[in-house]
Amino acid sequence: MQTIDMAQTPLRELNSQLQAQARTTNQTSWTIENPKGAHAIAVGLDAPIEVTVKGSTGYYCAGMNKQATVKVTGSAGPGVAENMMSGTVIIEGDASQYAGATGQGGLLVIKGNASSRCGISMKGIDIVVFGNIGHMSAFMAQSGNLVVLGDAGEALGDSLYEARLFVRGSVKSLGADCIEKEMRPEHLEILRDLLARSGADAKPEEFKRYGSARKLYNFHVDHAGEY
Amino acid sequence: MCGIVGLFLKKEELHPRLGDLLTDMLVTMTDRGPDSAGIAIYGDDADGFKMTIQSDRPGIDFAGLQGALEEATGERVTVRVLDTHAVIALPETAEAAARAFLGERGIRIMGSGHAMEIFKEVGLPKDVAARFGLRAMGGSHGIGHTRMATESAVTTLGAHPFSTGADQCLVHNGSLSNHNAVRRELVRKGFAPQTQNDTEVAACYISSRLAEGANLGTALEGTLADLDGFFTFVVGTRNGFGVVRDPVACKPAVMAETDDYVAFGSEYRALANLPGIETARVWEPEPATVYFWER
Repeated sequence: MQTIDMAQTPLRELNSQLQAQARTTNQTSWTIENPKGAHAIAVGLDAPIEVTVKGSTGYYCAGMNKQATVKVTGSAGPGVAENMMSGTVIIEGDASQYAGATGQGGLLVIKGNASSRCGISMKGIDIVVFGNIGHMSAFMAQSGNLVVLGDAGEALGDSLYEARLFVRGSVKSLGADCIEKEMRPEHLEILRDLLARSGADAKPEEFKRYGSARKLYNFHVDHAGEY
Repeated sequence: MCGIVGLFLKKEELHPRLGDLLTDMLVTMTDRGPDSAGIAIYGDDADGFKMTIQSDRPGIDFAGLQGALEEATGERVTVRVLDTHAVIALPETAEAAARAFLGERGIRIMGSGHAMEIFKEVGLPKDVAARFGLRAMGGSHGIGHTRMATESAVTTLGAHPFSTGADQCLVHNGSLSNHNAVRRELVRKGFAPQTQNDTEVAACYISSRLAEGANLGTALEGTLADLDGFFTFVVGTRNGFGVVRDPVACKPAVMAETDDYVAFGSEYRALANLPGIETARVWEPEPATVYFWER
């Protein structure tokens, strides 16, 4: 196992080392110590390595991740796993605003709460939040799945495209064009798989599904106030 | 951007370390705003009433100031000079005479009260802290700010914290869009904001609510209804410390609480070196929710 101490190693050196790992590396396990809320830790990775960050991170941890598994033992600042392509990011604590924003693939697991704008403009990423999510989550979300074991804040799924939203608790309010939808067997199957892969203790049958009413896809004068 | 920090100590043993802890928190936030920096600190041994003043020509304005003030007020006055600022201690009854005297000489009054001293200047937090010797200052609580200017000029008066009432101060990350209208209302109520800055209006709004008899929580609640724009505010009063974020909550905020203190930072980085942070309760304050502590 490789250990990098951020009290000794500058951020760019840390990221270059991690980014330099080839797909066939035998140095698959990395530990990062003393993150102390630093920005942009373990970004742009593109190898099947496992990185454990011991502590809490600042802005944009694990951004643009491909293939790697990044685990944060504390909480994550704004924009964790932003634009993730593949791989897995696990936050043991809470995540700040716009977690998983614009993510195109991979799995983001937040074991605490996520704050506002979780999954904003998500484009294929799967996000599982064990706690609650804040307001304006999944705003303009295009595809992928957002699973919330707790409650959702105001304006969930505003101006939603084709992302699927699953919430077990209450939803404070739905955003424009977001509606509750029927839970069909294929959705239960998706949920079962995501809950199992993220290690969440919940049953698919306990969730409600929300999605786009698809009324904002084309301009209609009756909806002028909704845009 | 802008970086804001605050520390409210619950244990007296930590009071001598307030300046040191708060300076580290503020310096950590330097890259959120390098234009100017400031700190308001609530000291332990209030030597009566005091006023923090500022001059761009301290060598000239502060020379012989003690004698001149004693003559103008007819009271015993002490003057402690710290770089461009000075802290004047005098009986509260002499405040009006002192204000008139200082006003005539063009010396700026940054704040006044029984506990609060306020120091702010253009420059990086580490330089501003060194100029005033902030690290050596003790106290019960304090707030700090490092500024990336948006709404008004980069000047000493445009730096935060803003103080618009005795022992009251406020720091702000964000920008307000209805500050001109609110400023006009405050002027009608008899307040006299000194700058065109949006944050000063927020500070003054809270002072006006406190003057009407509201408690700190109610005054902060009022900002959600009456101020429009982006804000995370951290506010200090003689015995209190409060935080509020606007409903959209774009401006970042992290808080930590232990048996020893309540701490606020724009980012977790600002809190990462506080004693006992590993076991502190760390959370992101909710949008449109008032948090406050009083002793």
